[in-house]
Amino acid sequence: MINYNKMIFELSNEGRVGYSLPRSSFNNYNIDDLNDNLKRKSELLLPEVSELDVLRHFTNISNKNFGVENGFYPLGSCTMKYNPKINEEMASNKAFRNLHPLQPISTVQGALEVYYNLQKYLSEISGLYEFSLNPFAGAHGELVGLMVIKAYHQDRGDFKRNKIIIPDSAHGTNPASTVVCGMEVIEIKSNDKGRVDLESLKAVLSDDIAGMMLTNPNTLGIFENDICEITKLVHDAGGLMYYDGANLNALLGKVRPGDMGFDVMHINLHKTFSTPHGGGGPGSGPVGVTEILSKYLPNPRVKKLDDYFYVENSGEALGQISAYFGNYLVALRAYTYIRTLGKENLKMVGRYATLNANYISKALKTAYDLPIPGYCMHEVVFNGLNNKDTDVKTLDIAKRLLDYGMHAPTIYFPLLFPQAIMIEPTETETKETIDEFINVMHKIAIEAKEHPEILKQAPTKTPIRRTDEVFAAKMMIFSYKDYLEYINNRG
Amino acid sequence: MFKYFPHTKADVESMLKTLNISSIDELFKDVPESVIFNSDYDVPSYLSETELRNHFAELSKKNQELTLFSGLGIYDHYQPAVIDAITSRQEFMTSYTPYQPEISQGTLQYIFEYQSMIQTLTGLEVSNASMYDGATSAAEACFMACGVTRRNKMLISSTLNPNTINTIKTYLNFKGIEYDFINENQGEIDIEDLKQKLDKDIAGVIVQNPNFYGIIEDYSNFSELIKTNKSMFIISADISTLGVLKSPKEDGADIACGDCQSLGMPTAFGGPTLGYLATEKAYVRKMPGRICGYTHDLEGRRAFVLTLQAREQHIRRSKANSNICSNQSLMALYVTIYLSLMGRNGLKEVNNLSYQGAHYLYDQLIKTGKFSDPFNKPFLKEFTLLTNISKDTMQTALLENGIFGGVNLDIFGEKYEGLVNFSVTEKRTKNEIDNLVKVLEGLS
Amino acid sequence: MSKLVEGLYYSKSHEWVKPLEDDVVLIGITDFAQSELGDVVFVDLPEVGNTISQEDEFGAVESVKAASDLIAPVTGEILEVNEELVGEPELLNKDPYENWLLKVKLENPDELGNLLNSEEYAEFIK
Repeated sequence: MINYNKMIFELSNEGRVGYSLPRSSFNNYNIDDLNDNLKRKSELLLPEVSELDVLRHFTNISNKNFGVENGFYPLGSCTMKYNPKINEEMASNKAFRNLHPLQPISTVQGALEVYYNLQKYLSEISGLYEFSLNPFAGAHGELVGLMVIKAYHQDRGDFKRNKIIIPDSAHGTNPASTVVCGMEVIEIKSNDKGRVDLESLKAVLSDDIAGMMLTNPNTLGIFENDICEITKLVHDAGGLMYYDGANLNALLGKVRPGDMGFDVMHINLHKTFSTPHGGGGPGSGPVGVTEILSKYLPNPRVKKLDDYFYVENSGEALGQISAYFGNYLVALRAYTYIRTLGKENLKMVGRYATLNANYISKALKTAYDLPIPGYCMHEVVFNGLNNKDTDVKTLDIAKRLLDYGMHAPTIYFPLLFPQAIMIEPTETETKETIDEFINVMHKIAIEAKEHPEILKQAPTKTPIRRTDEVFAAKMMIFSYKDYLEYINNRG
Repeated sequence: MFKYFPHTKADVESMLKTLNISSIDELFKDVPESVIFNSDYDVPSYLSETELRNHFAELSKKNQELTLFSGLGIYDHYQPAVIDAITSRQEFMTSYTPYQPEISQGTLQYIFEYQSMIQTLTGLEVSNASMYDGATSAAEACFMACGVTRRNKMLISSTLNPNTINTIKTYLNFKGIEYDFINENQGEIDIEDLKQKLDKDIAGVIVQNPNFYGIIEDYSNFSELIKTNKSMFIISADISTLGVLKSPKEDGADIACGDCQSLGMPTAFGGPTLGYLATEKAYVRKMPGRICGYTHDLEGRRAFVLTLQAREQHIRRSKANSNICSNQSLMALYVTIYLSLMGRNGLKEVNNLSYQGAHYLYDQLIKTGKFSDPFNKPFLKEFTLLTNISKDTMQTALLENGIFGGVNLDIFGEKYEGLVNFSVTEKRTKNEIDNLVKVLEGLS
Repeated sequence: MSKLVEGLYYSKSHEWVKPLEDDVVLIGITDFAQSELGDVVFVDLPEVGNTISQEDEFGAVESVKAASDLIAPVTGEILEVNEELVGEPELLNKDPYENWLLKVKLENPDELGNLLNSEEYAEFIK
């Protein structure tokens, strides 16, 4: 059914129903009694379809997707590890799923215990003092973490500190979050080893620096070996250190951000702690801080007194950044993951992830351009093929991988290398899968030389082929209504 | 050996041999010795699957599932079985953001269908692929208003949910955007106060419908006032109610935002839900978040892609309109399935059933003589009453009967002292409502 | 190799300026700029009557994969905006020198001296 191409609206037939609702017990009330000036007059363009129609429709379109259970998903920086089924089973537990966030705390002790203990585990794993699980995603965590930094400086009456240092290799969210937080970005260049250039850093340190954001290992998959010096320099200048937890998987069991001198960080539970990416969300981006900063964490906060858990709204907090407790059920999945691994297995995650990435790095560098030699951490970045004589670009390599039944790596990021291919295998893949990936990548390198047209045409075995993005951007067809207008105008 | 780590001892040895090293730890040679963590984490030992289930059974006992008469943004609506069946498919649940359209048409198509549904419910031209929740979508809507008008001050209605107000305040405080509040009068915005406060610095005005008290406000006269001032009009609305209530477009809004929890999602202790955001095409380039568009592949087949990405953080970095780089995609699938099943008639019926139950409860509570209505304004599925019954007495009595309702609004501030909220969805039976009334009747 | 036109003034942010008469100039983007951007899908231009100032942002050009701010090469009042580009932004790809963005009355003609000539610009983009 890979050729299925209907939209749900196109299955609609007036009068068909897909729901069953209780019969009314109160017939002397009717919503039509509302004043006309409060009621909707315009038509609703919603489908009328049967239950089976709905199931078939979504099942058929799901077959055009590629999930972690379909095959290898080496998407760099995204940590596409296996999403355990037991996490889902626990998150579907009605005793959690059916709780209202305003229920009296005596009736949600189990939910609060999970929240509280998860933040404790994350604190221990990170070497920080306290976490808030309220941020909804990594970028939201960044914003909240930066708010903590700003609140800290302003609380000390130091309003001058309004600049955040960010390396040019950073994720795009770092500068964007900084601006949303009302601060300025100072970008510093990486050195030829792909690391923070200490001289460039020193040159920008002054009394208007609020802090520095750093991903470690950085987006090239390389550990910032000067990290202790970097944190010392920033601290000495009066700034705080922010750890972008996007690449935490590399360090799990091996290094704690707090021990490197970081003051604030976020964790992507949907990366390191195995919660599903959901096609783009919901994720979860808990923010952790040192003791001195903990009073600024956002409301509401979950606290513990003896064996009793309670919710606190503190006047010292930076404020609210969500209506309630963030993506709570996502946090519950991460809690399940940590309890499943326990201290014995948690410590192996970063090691296996790093082993797999280095194995790939070594195996592929004969065909692909490895711009930074040496060991990588949990991911490896190539700069296109070694053979620069072909017209084949990174995009073509990525698209060709799809034909081989594998997801493409992250491409054209980091921006430091024009043909970047960023591969992150994670710890949950077998050696056989990784070997197969290596074989395929070598095959593609040969194809690039001998039959570049195959790569330029790729993919051909996927549900659809390359798309016309210019058409999409120019026509701006964003809804079924737009689509109908487009069809009518086209005649 | 552990189930999520598939390497055998032989696998590891062979890989180490390929790398010419004798232990995995050698790969960490760039890490300074001083920051290597050499001990075990102070977290509990691993649990087998059975132990984990038992552990959760224990935790579950510490929660109490209650009959919910509570709303204020999170509602106990009916969730069709089909939703779980589809959303748990790994193709949807485990995939990443659809950056490779050739193998992501499933995600992209339901996002397009979701956008279409939000479009028709709000009446505005374009919806994005979704935001985190209703509160953050309201905050982002305020940023958008400032971006479009190049002004730097927001007017916030006092009848917004305080959670939304607090979130907006945090966002605006840190970004350095000013704000003021429009006073309320008898549970509704005071339009005279709005007139006074509208000046050339105002980027936008944000209101909520139905408002925090559950009152359906009539915003007919707002849009002209606000447009004349060249400000943006933002309406935050519970999306489900738009099946019957005037759409933001019909009220002249430039931006609509709010939460979609009421469309097929569990209460989930408050999350995940989904925030929607819609606007007119003229403002689409100031809109945050992802947008999916219709196109074709090179063989002319129908295709969907993420589009207008040049607005977003991964390209614009510090010049992006927002730092958001995800959406609540799977929750958008909940919404799409729910609305596919319900259609316009089902959605109207849900609203009518909720309306009927809420009005029945309202009448019964007023009859007890222990509650009075400080506002006497139209409402849909939730309403606010004044009572002298002490909050502890009420809560204890209701909990003894497995009920949560009559939420004390004073948890949101002193000005709400004595006010309680009740919410009724189509799930509440006559028996449950009568039982609630019986318990409250006997209190003093 | 990017196309250049003799006799125009060029900015380092890849705009060109073509003097007409009476201190009125046309402003556009260079061939180099359009080729770096790729398929242009949107042009955001200011309104007639507004003033632009040398080195300040005055609009943006957007392609599928990039967005670039437009930086004013000169200071002056906007007399005319090329409305054709709103409907057909791809004209910038077809002929960036024919399809100007703004017609501007210079406030300070000396500012042209801060810009590059075609040889200098050719060197700059090498």
